Amino acid sequence: MIGGLFIYNHKGEVLISRVYRDDIGRNAVDAFRVNVIHARQQVRSPVTNIARTSFFHVKRSNIWLAAVTKQNVNAAMVFEFLYKMCDVMAAYFGKISEENIKNNFVLIYELLDEILDFGYPQNSETGALKTFITQQGIKGQHQTKEEQSQITSQVTGQIGWRREGIKYRRNELFLDVLESVNLLMSPQGQVLSAHVSGRVVMKSYLSGMPECKFGMNDKIVIDKQGKGGASDDAGKSELGGSGKQSIAIDDCTFHQCVRLSKFDSERSISFIPPDGEYELMRYRTTKDIILPFRVIPLVREVGRTKLEVKVVIKSNFKPSLLAQKIEVRIPTPLNTSGVQVICMKGKAKYKASENAIVWKIKRMAGMKESQISAEIELLPTNDKKKWARPPISMNFEVPFAPSGLKVRYLKVFESKLNYSDHDVIKWVRYIGRSGIYETRC
Amino acid sequence: MEWASQLCENRGLGSKMTDSKYFTTTKKGEIFELKAELNSDKKEKKKEAVKKVIASMTVGKDVSALFPDVVNCMQTDNLELKKLVYLYLMNYAKSQPDMAIMAVNTFVKDCEDPNPLIRALAVRTMGCIRVDKITEYLCEPLRKCLKDEDPYVRKTAAVCVAKLHDINAQLVEDQGFLDTLKDLISDSNPMVVANAVAALSEIAESHPNSNLLDLNPQTINKLLTALNECTEWGQIFILDCLANYTPRDDRESQSICERVTPRLSHANSAVVLSAVKVLMKFMEMLPKDLDYYGTLLKKLAPPLVTLLSAEPELQYVALRNINLIVQKRPEILKHEMKVFFVKYNDPIYVKLEKLDIMIRLASQANIAQVLAELKEYATEVDVDFVRKAVRAIGRCAIKVEQSAERCVSTLLDLIQTKVNYVVQEAIVVIKDIFRKYPNKYESVIATLCENLDSLDEPEARAAMIWIVGEYAERIDNADELLESFLEGFHDESTQVQLQLLTAIVKLFLKKPTETQELVQQVLSLATQDSDNPDLRDRGYIYWRLLSTDPVAAKEVVLAEKPLISEETDLIEPTLLEELICHIGTLASVYHKPPSAFVEGSRGVQHKRLPARAGSGESTESPDVGQSVSGVSDAPPAVIPSQGDLLGDLLNLDLAPPTTTVPPVPSSMQMGAMDLLGGGLDSLSGSHYRTEVPSPQPADFSERELGGDLGGSPAMGVGVGVGVGVGVGLGPAPVGMPAGLGAAPAVGGGLGDLFDLGGGVGMTSGSYSPPRVVWLQAMKAKGLEISGTFARRGGVIQMDVSLTNKAMSVMSDFAVQFNKNSFGMAPAGPLQVLTPLGPNQTVEVSLPLSSTGPVMKMEPLNNLQVAVKNNIDVFYFSCQYPISLLFVEDGKMDRQVFLATWKDIPSDNEAQFQIKDCHLSSDAASNKLQGSNIFTVAKRTVEAQDMLYQSIKLTNGIWVLAELRIQTGNPNYTLSVKCRAPEVSQYVSQCYELILKN
Repeated sequence: MIGGLFIYNHKGEVLISRVYRDDIGRNAVDAFRVNVIHARQQVRSPVTNIARTSFFHVKRSNIWLAAVTKQNVNAAMVFEFLYKMCDVMAAYFGKISEENIKNNFVLIYELLDEILDFGYPQNSETGALKTFITQQGIKGQHQTKEEQSQITSQVTGQIGWRREGIKYRRNELFLDVLESVNLLMSPQGQVLSAHVSGRVVMKSYLSGMPECKFGMNDKIVIDKQGKGGASDDAGKSELGGSGKQSIAIDDCTFHQCVRLSKFDSERSISFIPPDGEYELMRYRTTKDIILPFRVIPLVREVGRTKLEVKVVIKSNFKPSLLAQKIEVRIPTPLNTSGVQVICMKGKAKYKASENAIVWKIKRMAGMKESQISAEIELLPTNDKKKWARPPISMNFEVPFAPSGLKVRYLKVFESKLNYSDHDVIKWVRYIGRSGIYETRC
Repeated sequence: MEWASQLCENRGLGSKMTDSKYFTTTKKGEIFELKAELNSDKKEKKKEAVKKVIASMTVGKDVSALFPDVVNCMQTDNLELKKLVYLYLMNYAKSQPDMAIMAVNTFVKDCEDPNPLIRALAVRTMGCIRVDKITEYLCEPLRKCLKDEDPYVRKTAAVCVAKLHDINAQLVEDQGFLDTLKDLISDSNPMVVANAVAALSEIAESHPNSNLLDLNPQTINKLLTALNECTEWGQIFILDCLANYTPRDDRESQSICERVTPRLSHANSAVVLSAVKVLMKFMEMLPKDLDYYGTLLKKLAPPLVTLLSAEPELQYVALRNINLIVQKRPEILKHEMKVFFVKYNDPIYVKLEKLDIMIRLASQANIAQVLAELKEYATEVDVDFVRKAVRAIGRCAIKVEQSAERCVSTLLDLIQTKVNYVVQEAIVVIKDIFRKYPNKYESVIATLCENLDSLDEPEARAAMIWIVGEYAERIDNADELLESFLEGFHDESTQVQLQLLTAIVKLFLKKPTETQELVQQVLSLATQDSDNPDLRDRGYIYWRLLSTDPVAAKEVVLAEKPLISEETDLIEPTLLEELICHIGTLASVYHKPPSAFVEGSRGVQHKRLPARAGSGESTESPDVGQSVSGVSDAPPAVIPSQGDLLGDLLNLDLAPPTTTVPPVPSSMQMGAMDLLGGGLDSLSGSHYRTEVPSPQPADFSERELGGDLGGSPAMGVGVGVGVGVGVGLGPAPVGMPAGLGAAPAVGGGLGDLFDLGGGVGMTSGSYSPPRVVWLQAMKAKGLEISGTFARRGGVIQMDVSLTNKAMSVMSDFAVQFNKNSFGMAPAGPLQVLTPLGPNQTVEVSLPLSSTGPVMKMEPLNNLQVAVKNNIDVFYFSCQYPISLLFVEDGKMDRQVFLATWKDIPSDNEAQFQIKDCHLSSDAASNKLQGSNIFTVAKRTVEAQDMLYQSIKLTNGIWVLAELRIQTGNPNYTLSVKCRAPEVSQYVSQCYELILKN
């Protein structure tokens, strides 16, 4: 299991060091600094073996988190734990920075003592942790016996992510369907790969221990209902989903509150949600993706010292919808000496430090097109290496889900309290963002 | 510490209270000041001081001097302060064991605290203090905590047992904590179960045979129930533990799989990978025709793909694992090629891994896409990545035949870029393509030759030289090209030198007239001016081969090379199986078994996949050698008539006068021996290529001898044939009395060489007659018995094969001998353990003793045998060579010999003629000695060698013999003198048999 956990600043100075196992010595701290942080070459692997000791590291801004072990640990678990550690710290004191870590070092040690025992990760849900570990020191001095046992039963309990006795005057929930659409397109406009990775983020402010059921236009569910003859219209109109089309979901993963065996057998998503914001599910689709933009590049080399670039972008969605924060990034060679740009819409600028022409458009409606042309002057070089021609990348935000996913319903049942599904105020929002949206040129 | 002071300089004492100020310290008298503060009466000040101590500890300062003062702060109601003190204790207790005792009371007291959080904290901390005296005190509180009413305390106590076991394993066993821990597997709280499982798994790992984790269907059921309820981490512990279980049958295996598959939708990648591990392992047991098997395969693909949208570090772990899964079960991801396409912003470690998997998944269906991608990658920036991409194109060509042409043209395009490392990499892979598709793409050679000068890496140079040598007849200026390399011969790396040597010899054999000088030059460079034994050995071999039998040389050097295999970098199957059992762990990331990087007893245990239930199919057996069959196909060794031009030419010009051949150094002998050994090994062994490089340099030279580059799997075969040609050995079974010395009519240097070899190491074995059928099936209700006799290491053995030619199963075999002349009797039962099915044959070696009852037989060496089985008793008789009875200590002292010879009356002397024997007297003597006929003395009179020999029989009878060999006369004369003259006749028979075999 994990033998030790270290946090370093960008210089390699130790901010936090906690050793769990006897086989990890103090020299491990230095070994990582010397061999990884101060290494001359760029790190070639997130797992490094130095003198039969394995180091796993992740970086958050300029902070290094490293887990150390001498055993054959579950590597996926170690990384998941490091990410979780970052989440927990962020939930307690915001951004992970050197200053924040120093300001909270006692808290961090306390957390590390709680969520990692002898190198075995323990309950690391912030909801539960916050009930007895706080920035103001530890609660629990003056708790009643009931309170104490409530804490322990929550930390170890089946529903470790939610405490009992939550009360809201107004029961309300927000669902955000956040998608990032990824594309790799050949210069000829052929889709090399495209997929949507989506997340359903839920913010719940619900009293008690509500039982929830979430439904979407999952092809398998819809087809099954279609066959059964009886369509489940109850939730259809409720959240404004059209519900006509269904989408094929390649795969999805769920927050640990979701009963996986139920999903496996009935494909229904039921759970008791944590309080506040959390990620209910992640999913991935590859079929029938709506690609919001098409990029058509034209690059022409004029002699050895000039490049002519023309890029057309076309928006491909309902004209009534507006895309926002559009940014097209056209890479330029390293030996660029000057650039002239003309664009029909928005603003374009050559950014020498980024070796790219950045073209920004604030808004653009569907079924429109726009164009930029640029002349790039090059310094003559005798560098043999060819310019790699990185792909043209794009960023944008659209108010729909490129996968076509629709929320059909989210039902809330709380039998012990006197509010019903109809009393809960529900909000749904769809946001499609560009992931890695690239067109080769 | 500097950063700490910088950061906190501006914060006045009165400013907002944040912890970072504790990193500020005045350097002088720091410890002293802290000491004062720690002993302050004010609680707040104390706490501040402890925080400062911890901050110092973090940055690596030694604050152990403050131990007593810090421990004094332990008795407090303030939980925060207590935790800080505990943190300090855990760090320094080991260095101050005596003082650490001071803390024991507080621990014991805390374990009784009404607050479960404090009880748990105490037991958690106590387990981290590795001081023997403290662990003794820990036992009682731990026992209580393991049975605590609060699950939080129990789950902490469960882990504490593992901690204690790490400190003092014996204590844990003596105190019976292991049983308590086992009981916790049935605990009502899922987290307690998960931690107990984790602790038990860890303890079990250091006791591989303890059967501690006694997994049975009941416990498995409990674990599966807890799986649905516990935290994500607990699910990982349980799944990892489940993976160690071997289900009893395929039905149980399926039911576990069904309950594990829902985990594939978990948001935590580690849960998913551990579930994949369990499924991959248990799938082994499911019959392939089962519907569920197909369903399961389909279910595995999506979650694996989803892992690729995780954070890059996890992607890396996932990709390393997918690499294994794709090798084990290619069908799972065969349609998912696109998700492995490299993204521009992927970290390099992700890119390289994706590329690897792309090649593994490449097939005819997707090759066009793959090639387009690879071409794209070859223009990237990262040199390693580009190289790998180029190499990948070559591997696609070898893997997917239909794409070869496109691959070659892509490679040619890349060569045109003139980017140095791209060109070199391309040439290396094109060489492999030539090996796979001979006589197909040689038109590109011209283009390759253009780039000769730009090659500066040994591998690329060697590849290019190989190409020139291999296709010398199509390259007009091959001799010029090779000559240009020869100029700097001694500056080249060994790889290039060896290749150059081979290439020039090939060139010579193809164009003998123009290249004599060149070959002379390279041979002398290799043999006389080089310090490298491999190079010298290879040089000598070529030289002698060329000088003794050029036609054979041609056959050896220009032998048709076996095609190279598609997958050269697959993980060796047994290792792959083990790694599959370690999916998700570090072993799967390193692609090494845990024993390779874990110290101590942990992880030494090798895991294996379970066997498929109820099927005897051995097709999946990883040990099946691939090219063994190729060996028997090797062309028979025939020495052709030396009639053609080439032979004449060589005889005239090249046969080096014996004076120019340097004296054979002793290392040469060894080289020859190894060479032979290697050749024979490769004849008999399998050629499965593993990742482990052969450690023997001799092996290496042998491998390359055939003129091949790149380690083709069947390289040894070429050499085996070569040896066969040279000395007439042929694919002879290992351990035969080597016919080396008998190499007929070779006579040249090479013959000498092998003579030497024979003299050094080849002790010829004892004579064993050919196998004959003793009992025919017709006469024995379907049982056929054939066999032979042998004397091995002083033990007489009867090698019997029993063949069942009847329709029913035979069993209960037993054997008995009739009384016989030399008292031979079975020394043990006939070991036929399993019943013999129809058409089955079993080979048995029956050891014989010579102490049984004696009765004179006619003929003397006759043996009557009875074999019994479940059907009947059968009788047969057979005759054994009397040499079987010649014992190892049969060498008589000279004086005794002389006396005995005289002593035996001349009436007892018998004379025999052995005709048509062509051995020299020494060779004959050697051969006879192999069968325990010892030469006591030798005398030469008038070109006639007289060998005086002694033999001792098992019953103590001495036989004396005189063997007369006249040079040039194939007929030997043998005189035998013995006190029991009846034996003489049989002895002479043996002489004849031994000498002529």
